[in-house]
Amino acid sequence: MRFGIVVFPGSNCDADVAHVVGTVLGQDWRYVWHGDRDLAGLDCVVLPGGFAYGDYLRAGAIARFSPVMDAVAAYGARGGPVLGICNGFQILVEAGLLPGALLRNGSLTFRSTWADLIVEDNNTPFTRLYRPGQHVRMPIAHGEGRYVLAEQNSVRPVFRYRDNPNGSMEDIAGVANMAGNVVGLMPHPERCAEAALGGVDGRTLFESIVRSVVLT
Amino acid sequence: MIGSPPPLLDLLALSTDEYALIVERLGREPTEVELGMFGSMWSEHCGYKNSRPLLKLFPTSAPWVLQGPGENAGVVDIGDGLAVALKMESHNHPSAVEPFQGAATGVGGIVRDIFTMGARPIAILDALRFGPLDSSRNRHLFHGVVHGISSYGNCIGVPTVGGDIAFASCYNGNPLVNAMAVGVMPHARITRARASGIGSALILVGSDTGRDGIHGASGLASRELSEEREDQRPTVQVGNPFLEKLLIEACLGVLDERAAYVVGLQDLGAAGITSAAVELAARGGVGVEIDVSLVPRRESGMTAYDVMLSESQERMLLVVRAGAEAQAMAFFQKWGLTSAVIGRVTDDGRVRVHDVVQVHCDVPAHLLADAPTYRRTGVRPPHCDRLAAIDLGALPAESDCGAALRALLAHPNIACKRLVYSQYDHSVQTNTLLGPGDGDAAVLRIKGTDRAIALAADCVARYCYLEPYQGGAIAIAEVCRNVASVGARPLAITDCLNFGNPERPEIYYQLEQCIRGMADACRALGVPVVSGNVSLYNETAGQAVYPTPMVGAIGLMTDAENRMGAAFREDRDIIALLGDGEECLGGSLYLEVRQGLTGGRLPALDLEAEARLHRLLHAVAQARILHSCHDVSEGGLGVALAESAILGGRGARVQLQSGAERREVGLFAEGQSRAVVSLAEDDWEALRGLAAREDVACRRIGVVGGDRLIVEGAIDEAIEHLTEIWRNGLGRAAAGIESVA
Repeated sequence: MRFGIVVFPGSNCDADVAHVVGTVLGQDWRYVWHGDRDLAGLDCVVLPGGFAYGDYLRAGAIARFSPVMDAVAAYGARGGPVLGICNGFQILVEAGLLPGALLRNGSLTFRSTWADLIVEDNNTPFTRLYRPGQHVRMPIAHGEGRYVLAEQNSVRPVFRYRDNPNGSMEDIAGVANMAGNVVGLMPHPERCAEAALGGVDGRTLFESIVRSVVLT
Repeated sequence: MIGSPPPLLDLLALSTDEYALIVERLGREPTEVELGMFGSMWSEHCGYKNSRPLLKLFPTSAPWVLQGPGENAGVVDIGDGLAVALKMESHNHPSAVEPFQGAATGVGGIVRDIFTMGARPIAILDALRFGPLDSSRNRHLFHGVVHGISSYGNCIGVPTVGGDIAFASCYNGNPLVNAMAVGVMPHARITRARASGIGSALILVGSDTGRDGIHGASGLASRELSEEREDQRPTVQVGNPFLEKLLIEACLGVLDERAAYVVGLQDLGAAGITSAAVELAARGGVGVEIDVSLVPRRESGMTAYDVMLSESQERMLLVVRAGAEAQAMAFFQKWGLTSAVIGRVTDDGRVRVHDVVQVHCDVPAHLLADAPTYRRTGVRPPHCDRLAAIDLGALPAESDCGAALRALLAHPNIACKRLVYSQYDHSVQTNTLLGPGDGDAAVLRIKGTDRAIALAADCVARYCYLEPYQGGAIAIAEVCRNVASVGARPLAITDCLNFGNPERPEIYYQLEQCIRGMADACRALGVPVVSGNVSLYNETAGQAVYPTPMVGAIGLMTDAENRMGAAFREDRDIIALLGDGEECLGGSLYLEVRQGLTGGRLPALDLEAEARLHRLLHAVAQARILHSCHDVSEGGLGVALAESAILGGRGARVQLQSGAERREVGLFAEGQSRAVVSLAEDDWEALRGLAAREDVACRRIGVVGGDRLIVEGAIDEAIEHLTEIWRNGLGRAAAGIESVA
């Protein structure tokens, strides 16, 4: 399968995602520059972490206006699998592909640590190889990860924190749209896809999408 | 007679003698712009007037050194066609005046030094010193600096993987903020900051030039801090990490195409365009001509003087072959970066600056680049002999070693630094195999190879205060021991020498002796100094900081799988002590914390023994027989054991060597050249064999297991309790709460 990895000017986890899907999983991939609109031939679109435009204003607030986001919205609306990691999640929320908002951490400081998570929903293309209720560990590294949602039942919680690090509502660490094809999460699965990095729980997420695409 | 403009001389921190020298060498009075440029280039910060002759004492070469001091960063070969660039630099005075921006721009500056060499930045380390946290001012500086580093480093996507933090009252009002950056590149991309090719274009890229930071190098960085300096906040620059991130990508991208057109690259740091242009010209043996009217500006009404001395951040100067200007500028445009041709390389060796037609500067580049140097005569500070002579045997014996251990673990210098490093992204780029708190050094894999590099930064300034020569040697020995303890072979050193006013004989003595000690240690351990920075005039109200030669080390592992962490891993493992460095409480943190004494004779440092220990650690790492390895440093054996136990979440039972009259000596003496290791019983003979081969003492001292740390006859503490004390020591101090240990 072929991944598309969107590169905003301040993306800084783009190469990390490329390493996992390309080197670790042996899949095909290409970068998609934020000024382009062409997503042709891609089986999955990933918005990686980083600080898309420096994020001095609010994470993702400017990136949502990038030309590529219209294409990502259309791609998601057609049912294409879209994954937003950290800053990518923030951008998906700002762009309205996922409901809710991501506010500054309750501690008001950036937090970089491992987080213990529970898999809530394995009925998405990105989580199908996890068991519901499975405990997993992933690194987090963010300053604006406190998820809030005005309307209940407009989103599917996918991952919850076991020890909430940022004050997110209902311990939410990651969500999916109601259709399940657009998933965003604050933790970094690409940073825990190899044993040398201290854990492999994130690898399952990428293997899930590969399995999903191959099966369809 | 010389009619100098005194107000400008004071702003520039030039002496009247130096002004006279400028007039003599120039054969005329300098223009205002020329004087500003001389002032910056001849500042201590840029010109190393007091330190250059001493820095020549350092060994700087080795077969693996590809670039020694003199460029933006040192470069060493790590094999497989790859090279690593490293450099450490201070941003002390800006951080004292405005901690958030001072520290942030310190990170920005050192990272630019790395990608200027053509290397992709892969790691940041920070070595920080503050006054004690019981003062609200020091807490403000501490939080501001950490926040500044965090916001800049995180945004540019370079992991902050390690560093060193300590607190002492000598840093009241004059914190030290030293940032180290490391990058990796293929040999073919190593780029030098030198101009060549007559007619080549000078292209300025990045931020527009504003009035910020004028006189930062001369007025702020090269003088003592005082009350009035607080008013110098406008000389501190404001960082824009997003722009830096764009510069990293754009500059590395343009260098990948450089066969075509990039001749040289130089970042703009202290003294802005002046320093960049002069260094490019002087290193390249050519001249440069700059038209300040072509420099994109942030505000109107700026003079040629303002433009030449601005320290606006996030700017780079490229030397591009004539005819390729449009190609280079188009590349930068893709990244949304402003660029402009501001001048040309000339053949006459002169730096010429004009504003359209009006000439502001016309001076040979070497005159600006060759600051006068001063060799001074140092005088040994009286406190050295007085404090060394204190009879430690006359001190009261420790009544409660458990309480002493708890007090040390709660001390902010030893307590867990998670409060700080949890604010730094240390896992981005997915190379961090051992991160902050995992081992004595950070270990980063080099993707596409089996290799890894180890990085550490360290300095126990108290030792340098007590005995500068030996303190300098210990700084090198310990930082190399840190990288050796994770299994790496020490390759090279970068340093940042923080001292007081060198015009005072006692300070000059400290500077000279520390450098001599460092140089001798470097020779004995086979590690060259490849880059560095000097920060003098670290004084407030006449009170100098401890001599603090901060050192950063890089080590190489040919197989990343050989890495060793500091945590005990298995119950029933043997605990062994490697090395038999002299156990003497002199200079220890224990004396300071429990006896209120900073003094005593430092434990001996045997550099040959140190080198043997490093060879042994490398050998045992390759044999993969150790489950943990942790060097013995501040807090001595007691703290080293406690830390390995706490990190591993398991206890230990240990016996001290019998016969020691005072338990606290064996527990808390900071004897050098030692490490605490743990391993399976089955591997004990193998370890003994390797230790015998390298001629390193190897003594079995205990066994891992249980939930208490027990040192027979001295300590019996629950690991859970020690963990709580160690984890929260810094947090309590940083919140202004008294220690409850």
